Formats: sequence, C-alpha cells, structure tokens
Amino acid sequence: MLMISPKMASGMQEKQYTPSLLSFFIYNPTFGPREGEEEKKILFYHPSDVEKNEKIRNVGLCEAIVQFTRTFCPTKPAKSLHTQKNRQFFFEPEENFWMVMVVRNPMIEKPNKDGKPPTVEYQEEEMLDTVYGAVVRQCYSMYKLFNGTFSRAMQAGGVELLMQKLEKFFYRYLQTLHLQSCDLLDVFGGISFFPLDKMTYLKIQSFVNRVEESLSLIKYTAFLYNDQLIWSGLEQDDMRILYKYLTTSLFPRHSEPELAGRDSPMRPEVAGNLLHYGRFLTGPTNLKDPEAKFRFPKIFVSAEDGYEELHLIVYKAMSAAACFMISASVELTREFCEQLDSLVGPQLTLLASDICEQFTINRRISGPEKEPQFKFIYFNHMNLAEKSTIHMRKTASVCLTSVHPDLMKILGDINCDFARVDEDEEIIVKAMTDYWVVGKKSDQRELYVILNQKNANLIEVNGTSPLFGIKQMYVILTKSTPSVPVISSSPYVDPCLFFSPFSFFFITLEEVKRLCATQFNNIFFLD
Amino acid sequence: MAEEHYLELSENPVQFEHASSVNNVFFDEANKQVFAVRSGGATGVVVKGPDDKSSVAFRMDDKGEVKCIKFSIGNKILAVQRTSKSVDFINFIPDYPHTEFSQECKTKNASILGFCWTNWNEVVFITDQGIEFYQVFPDKRSLKLLKSQSINVNWYQYCPETAVILLSTTVQGNILQPFAFRNGTMSKMSKFEIELPVVPKPAKLSLSERDIAMATIYGQLYVMYLKHHSRTANSPSAEVVLYHLSREGSCKKSHVLKLNTTGKFALNIVDNLVVVHHQSSQTSLIFDIKLKEPDCALNIHQPVLPARSIHPYRIPLSGPAAVPSQPPVPCQLYSSSWSVFQPDIIISASEGYLWYLQVKLPPTVNLLQDKGKLMDFLLRRRECKMVILSVCSQILEVGEKGSLPVVATVFDKLNQVYKDYLEAEQSYTQAMESGPSRGSAAQKRPVRTQAVIDQSDMYTHVLSSFTERKGVSHKFIIAVLMEYIRSLNQFQITVQHYLYELVIKTLVQHNLFYMLHQFLQYHVLSDSKPLVSSNQELILRRRVCGSVDAPHLPLSPSRARLPRRAGYVHRFSVSLLNCVLSGVFAAVSGEHVPTRTPAVPGHAEASVHGQRRDHRGSAVEAAGSGCAQIHPQRRWPRQRVCAEVPGRGAADRRPDAVLHGV
Repeated sequence: MLMISPKMASGMQEKQYTPSLLSFFIYNPTFGPREGEEEKKILFYHPSDVEKNEKIRNVGLCEAIVQFTRTFCPTKPAKSLHTQKNRQFFFEPEENFWMVMVVRNPMIEKPNKDGKPPTVEYQEEEMLDTVYGAVVRQCYSMYKLFNGTFSRAMQAGGVELLMQKLEKFFYRYLQTLHLQSCDLLDVFGGISFFPLDKMTYLKIQSFVNRVEESLSLIKYTAFLYNDQLIWSGLEQDDMRILYKYLTTSLFPRHSEPELAGRDSPMRPEVAGNLLHYGRFLTGPTNLKDPEAKFRFPKIFVSAEDGYEELHLIVYKAMSAAACFMISASVELTREFCEQLDSLVGPQLTLLASDICEQFTINRRISGPEKEPQFKFIYFNHMNLAEKSTIHMRKTASVCLTSVHPDLMKILGDINCDFARVDEDEEIIVKAMTDYWVVGKKSDQRELYVILNQKNANLIEVNGTSPLFGIKQMYVILTKSTPSVPVISSSPYVDPCLFFSPFSFFFITLEEVKRLCATQFNNIFFLD
Repeated sequence: MAEEHYLELSENPVQFEHASSVNNVFFDEANKQVFAVRSGGATGVVVKGPDDKSSVAFRMDDKGEVKCIKFSIGNKILAVQRTSKSVDFINFIPDYPHTEFSQECKTKNASILGFCWTNWNEVVFITDQGIEFYQVFPDKRSLKLLKSQSINVNWYQYCPETAVILLSTTVQGNILQPFAFRNGTMSKMSKFEIELPVVPKPAKLSLSERDIAMATIYGQLYVMYLKHHSRTANSPSAEVVLYHLSREGSCKKSHVLKLNTTGKFALNIVDNLVVVHHQSSQTSLIFDIKLKEPDCALNIHQPVLPARSIHPYRIPLSGPAAVPSQPPVPCQLYSSSWSVFQPDIIISASEGYLWYLQVKLPPTVNLLQDKGKLMDFLLRRRECKMVILSVCSQILEVGEKGSLPVVATVFDKLNQVYKDYLEAEQSYTQAMESGPSRGSAAQKRPVRTQAVIDQSDMYTHVLSSFTERKGVSHKFIIAVLMEYIRSLNQFQITVQHYLYELVIKTLVQHNLFYMLHQFLQYHVLSDSKPLVSSNQELILRRRVCGSVDAPHLPLSPSRARLPRRAGYVHRFSVSLLNCVLSGVFAAVSGEHVPTRTPAVPGHAEASVHGQRRDHRGSAVEAAGSGCAQIHPQRRWPRQRVCAEVPGRGAADRRPDAVLHGV
C-alpha cells in the first residue's frame, strides 16, 4: 500500500509515505451497554487480527469522543479526530451505527547518520477531512447499494447476519480503497456525462423505451458510453453510487482482459447475419453454455416506500453499456437472457457504432487536440456533472493525476472554503513559482483551474486572462470555426457535455456585451 | 361487425328520367351532364349536371334519332349527331341566331364515330378514316377546319381533363394513337402498342373499347387496359395494366394491378385510387399505385384491401318513381344496367340515377393491419386528417407490447409529410421576399393538404387526451412523447413549446425530476425563445419542491412525498419555469393547466411576479416562500485573493519543493 514518491528516485535520502489505512471498524454502542459485554458492540473490525482488548479500547475511545463532543453541539456530532500520527473519521450512517476509519498521516522518513533510527516527520496538515470523510460515506453507500441498510440485515437475520454481511463485503472492499489517490473528485462524487448531440441522445432514448416496452420486466435502465453516463432511469443518488461502482470496479475489471488481448469480445458463434458484439458483463459469460448460471448481482435503490431490491444486468456492446434493472422478486431464466441478448445485442451494437461515428466526426471538426493551456476540474452540484483534465483515465487499481499532490491539496482547501459559505466566491492562489490556482464558485458550479504562466503577477492574471474576474459563468463554446462562438449562461450547458465537439472557455459579462455589440450575427445563444 | 364497406355511392345522386322507348339518355363525360332526350327532342331535352347551374331544359325539332348530344364547355353551343355523315349545331349564346346549322365530315365516304368538344368553340370529329378538328363560329353559323389527319380508326376514347383523344388503329385495334388538343392546336403524340394476351389468326379486332380507359392518377395521365385472362397465355387471372402517357416522349407500361380473379370488370378512379368492380362477386378492389410492394422490382400491385362490396344503397323516397308511402327500396348494386364512366361516375340508366363513387376511410383502418402501410395509404387521401388522428389515438390506446416501434414509424411518416410542406412553404416565402423580378412564372403557394398533420393537431386530438387517460403507464406516455419529439427532431422541425410542457407535466406528476433534469441537460427540452444575454436576470434559481412545500398549496396525499424525492436544486429560465410551474400546479391541483403560449421574456417576468390562483380560487403569491424569485439585483460575488497564502500547508512551507514531480 505504500507509495514512494518520485523524490526517492531523484536520489534524495528521504522516504515519503502516503496516507494509509490503519483500521476500519463498525460498531453499535447499544448492543453491549453493560460492562464486560463491550465486544458485542463491535460488528466489524479491520484488520481482524487485532487483539480483542485493543479492539474494545479503540471502539471505546471513539464512543467516548463522540459522546463527549455531543455535549458541545448535539446536532452535529464529531466528524474527525486529528492526532499527530493518524486521523480518525466518524460517521453515523444509521442511528447508533458508527463507522470509523483510521488513516495514518503521510510522513517523511529522514535517515540519520551513524545508524541511528531515522527521524519520522508526520505531515498531519496534508490530509483533508472533506476528502476522507467522503471516502467513509462512500463505503457506506457502496455497502448499501449491494446489501441494503444495516437495519434491513438486522430485521432479516439479527446481528449475526449483519456481521456476516459486513465481513463479506468490507473484507474485499477495503482492499480496493486507494487512500493515497483520494482527492477532490471523491468529495464531489460526480458523474461524467458523455457529450452528445440531441438527435443521437433521442435515439438512445428511443432504444431504452423500446427495450423497456418489449421486455416489461425491466424497471430501470441506465445507458453509458465510454464509461460516461448518458441516461439514467434511476434516481440521482442511486445513480451516483452505481456509476461509481461501474466505472471504478466493474468496467475496469472487464476492460483489462480485453486490453490484454485475451477474451476477445467478438463472439465466435454468429447466428444468421445478426452479427453483434453484445455480451453480459454480469451474469452468464456464455449463453450457450448449458451449465451457465443466470444469477445477477442484486442492488438496493431507494423507492417510494424505503428501498427496492433489483437484479443488475449489465450488457455491453463495444463501448456502449446498458444496465437493466429488474425487480429481485422475479426469477431470471435462460429464456429471458436469450431474449434480451437477441433483442438488445444488435440494436446496441448499431447504436454504439452510431455514437462512435458521431463522436469521431465531432473530434475531427474540433481539430487535433491541442495541449490545453490550463488544467481544470469542473463540478456542477445540480446535475453532479464533473469533468477533469487533471485526472487520467481511471483503472481498477490506480487513479492517476497529472499534477503534483500539493496542487491537489490546494484545490481541496479552496473547496473547503467554498463549502463554508453559500455565496459565490472566487479564490486565486499563487502556489509556487509559476503556478496559479484559481477557484471559482458560481451558483451551483465550481471550477478549479491550474495555470502555469511564467512571471505573471496578480494584476495580469486577474486582468488579462479570460479566466478571471468572471462575474457569472458564461460558457463560450467555440465550434470548429472560431468565428462562431456560442454563448450560454444556462446552468444546463455544461462544458463537459460539449467538450469534444467544442472547445470552451469562460468569459466576463463585459466581454459578452462587447461580443454582442461587435459580432452579434455570428453568435449563437444557447439555452 | 365493424363497418367494412369502404366504397359508397354519393348521397345526393343526380336524378333523371330513366331510359325508355321514348326517352333516350346520353352522358357527356366532359361536362358530366346527363341528357334525357324525349322523342328526339320534340317533347323536351332535360340536361342535368353535377350542380343546378349546369342543368338546362329545352326543346328541339325532331329531325331523326339522336345518336350523340353534347354541350360545348360552358353550355355555349349544343352539338347533336343524328346521322353518320354530319353533326348539327345550335347556339345557346343569348343574342345569337338559334337556328341549327350543320357540318358534314370532310372525308368522303367516311362515317362519323363521334365528336368531342375540346373548348367552348372547338370540336373534333372522329370518323372511321381519321379525325377532323374544327373551330365553330356561332355568329356566322359555320365551322372552319383547323386540322385533320387521316388514319383508320376502330374506336376512340376521350379524356376531357387533359383533352387527349385516343384512337384505336390497325386491324387488331391494339395500336393506340393519342392526340392532344390545346388552344386551337392539335398535336400527335407517339403511338404505342398494347400487348394482347393472344394474337388472333386471322387478324381481327381484338382490343375492345370497353377494356381501355383513360384517367389522371396523381396528376399523371394513364391508359388503363383491362387484360382478361386467357387459357392459352400464362395468366391465371385478369389484371389491369397501366400505361403512363406523358405529353412528351413515349408511352410506357408502368404498373400492373393483379386482380386475382376472372370475370367482368369495370374501372373507376376515386381519390387517385384505381377501383376495380367485379360484377359476378359484386365486390370492388382498390389499388394505390404509389403504394410500393416491397419485393417487386416492376410495379406489380396487389389490392390494398380485401375485396368488399359497395355500401348498400337505398333509393330515397323522393325518387321520381317512388310513391311517398313506400319505404326506400334497396338499390341493386353491380347491376348489368350500370354504366361506369371516368373518373368516378356510375350511371344506372334504367333507374335514372347518376352517382359519384366515394371512398370511405374509416373502415379501411380495421382492414389494413400494417399500420405503416395504412399511414402511407391514408396520407395520400383527400379527407384523411381526422382518420389519421384517430388511427394515432387507436395505436396509443391499444398500448400492447411492441407498439412503440409502430408508433415511431407512424410519427416518422406523418412528420415527413409535415416537413415537406414546411420546406415548400419556406422556399415560397423566400421566393416572395426576393421579389418577383426573378422567374415571373410566379411560384405557387404550396397547398396545405389534409395530410399535413402538425404539432397542434397532434397535441389537440391525440397527445393531450392520451396523457390524461387513466390506466396508461407513465413510462409509455413519456416514451410516446419522446418518440414524437425524436421524430420531429429527426426531420429538423422546431418542437413547439406545448409538447415540452406535456412532457414536463407528466414527469412532474410522477415525481420523475431526475429524468426531467437529464432531458434539460441534453437540451432535449429546451427553450423555444433564446434568452438574450443582456437580460440575464431571467435565470432563476429555485427549488421546484419549494413551491409545493408552500403551506398554502393543497397537497393531495399522493403528492406529499414530492419534496423528498425532488431534493435537488433546479434552475430554469423563465419560459421553462412557467412550464414546470404549470406542471407542478396541475399535479398539485389535479387540474389541467391550459397551454400557455411560449413566454416572451418580458411577459414571463410579469407572470412570475404576478399572482397565481390555486384551484380553490384564492390568490397565491408566486414570489412567496420558496417560490421563484428573479434577482432584481444580482449580488456580485465576493472576490478573495490569496497570493502566497500564509498557513496554506505545502505552498507556504516549502514553496520550491512543490515544483518537483509536476
């Protein structure tokens, strides 16, 4: 789990350690209120090989801190505890159920001469509560997605069942936490939307509606392309966590073998001329296999009366993936899967190539991708749309960023500042010699830009660059011909939805007025 | 049993005195007039036309048996043929001498087969040896030969709409020679041959006048040949062969209509449909030559619908032969006394009736199962609008599995026609704007036929009632609406605001805010009026649930959960907001909020600030708690600048170190 920083390679004698998970536990203080029964409170403890008394001690400490701080502010219990060596995060997802994550602070190990033990310097300031607080909440959401709430398990089979479920789920899940690469995006927990023109979008709508109509068992459908969302029939919060699962776990697991050349997605057996590339990512890998099991993962989503349990069928053809959700009370049969395969496969293949074609046309129009002058993260609270040019493509194991962690830290700091007030704000930070970091919050949107301008001073940065002093976020989308800008102030125009056919930037109101006055004929207003 | 007779006789037939030994009846196809000539005209000639204006009664001297009698166009001159050598003329123009004058045919030893008026004063004689084209001078009571052509003629046919005369020549009669007439000129068109099923030996007249008809279908002139089956040739059943006769160029065999039976047939053209009556089975078939059979390269057509009889007809009480006390008598259909004329006329001379044949569209709906084909068929008919709309409603009503693709096909077909009309209209407007200088041929304004079903038609007659119907799943409603919007977009037709409103209303009613959100995000639902940037205060920030939360709004129990589900912020531009608001109000009050015209920014502002009434009639302040508010003065954001921030971790402590590794 330890990541060694590049400084190691550059020959310096320091060793840097990134944050790592020390322990993770879940307890309920009401399960063992009497002395001597403290162990009963503990529902899950990682690492499991910790001595029993230590477990009890740690849990007790957390309980005490929460109880103690409650006296100061009954409505907002403590969220985290900072110590020199580590940091603890508390989260009460359901009444009396507490999740606690203990993370060791990043540290630098400086070797001393004469064989003395190295000096360890903890960097307790480097970690952000918001980021890791979000990680804990995500842990719970993910558990809930696949298992339902804690109290559901309690009702179904008491503490024992709950403990089993927790053990089964978190044992694997905790291994996939990569605490060293958690950053601002974890705070947002956003969804990346695929940029698409209206007509293709409507075609997808039509496809979804037809499938849902002819296979009436399907309750909800979600549609993704290139790991980016296009349509969700689920509610936003459910989609947010399902999207997280799909893009960080399910899709990478399936794309890695593909990339490695194994398991070609092209089906060897082609019936008639219904050539299609569709296949199930969940459930049976091969429909023709007589031994195939038609079991699909089950997920829990919110419904009118609490939650509902659904089968999750993920079906993929080329880069297009459709998730079909069917009530868990229905037994899924081979016939149904075959029917779905023969209905969805050809259509989805066709649709995928349509989208791909559209996408490449747009790419070609927008010209060769230039090295952007700046890097940015964009997030819209309203539709959870996010876009980052800082992050590389996510894989199952790592999430790479192209900027230094310290810059990411500054972004996180700015985000914390924004969270404190409701008003629109702009923060400009001169980070290091040549870096400027600009954070901008306007209505529901946040934009963070990292700019590397040599020798720029504040006045220049604020005065000349189109990025600064934005009163309201105007999005200018420049089509292939630079003379035809499209100006929009609509909250629904997200740059992330237009990024591939357009390049975009933000401008000031004054600039908009000037453009309107001088070249009105060539401007489209989009809303 | 549902009504299945898709053909009917017109309700108000032209009545005339039925044919008898003393009363001869003639029909003129050009003016569509029936002549009842009593005793050679001495006791009266009664002319009945399609309307009262063209009806005349007069007397003329009995100078022998009348063979043929016709008015020139506009009832100016009457021509009567009594012998095979000459035609007599009588002026019917006021102030002109009324005495008859006569014209013999120029060719010696020729006998006149008949004559046709091609204008108010131009007449063509067809003799067995050729045709003669005359101009009549009623004032001088004389005729002048304009042109003549000698050719052996067996029989002739005349198509008054196009003024084309078709002559049957050669011994077998199967070489047809058309002539076209226009403004005093006669032009010979290229002749063509009808393929006979059997070539008789020795040669004799084998093509009967009865088996050939001329008519215009979809604006094109066709010669229809009723090809009877023959045992020797390889044709098990009769068929109708259509030859397309273009003014320039040759005549081409273009369509074959399969009758799949044998016997006696008669042809009519109604609403551009070829109707084939079959006497022995007393049924009729209809063919649409524009309806393509999918698997035929050559245009071979099967009947559009199964054979059905003409709708039973009862002779009304007021008929000339009826006594008032008698009940209406059922009329014998497909009677052997019927005569059929082009395009859509059926005459029963023995009963004294002239009917127009009509196509009834509603029964076709149940007879044609393939809805796509049905739409193609209906869209080409004259009186199709309400039937098409009812078909749309019907498809949506059934709502059975797999009907969505059908709905999509139907919408696409409707919108194709709609788009074609919009484009024609647009190019006309552009041509008008560019001025009459270019092309004085004055582009005609495109005619809006009934087949143009626009968005308001769909909204009024189909979609609004469909969305309000009970027991239809909201999924299906939204799917249908999206399908319609998709289809409009596909044809690049601007979607009208009220359709968006319908979608929004349905989504809001079912708490599907996230769907609504996504549609907005991808601009599937968008403002029809673009917002003008200078007035950006129009952007509103609000919570949809806010207005529902407002305590003064009545909440039905089923809606009480709305706020919880809609727990995220929506922002709308004003006109969309109006839409959403009316959706919410409708959902809350259970009332349908009438369609509002797309909001103009100025108006919208007023309506948001103004008062709304809830269903109890009390005024609700729209700008109340949680409701929409327009920011009168936007607060500019605070701007903070932190250069070289103190206490900002890494940047502060190790300003240089951070550069590494970037």
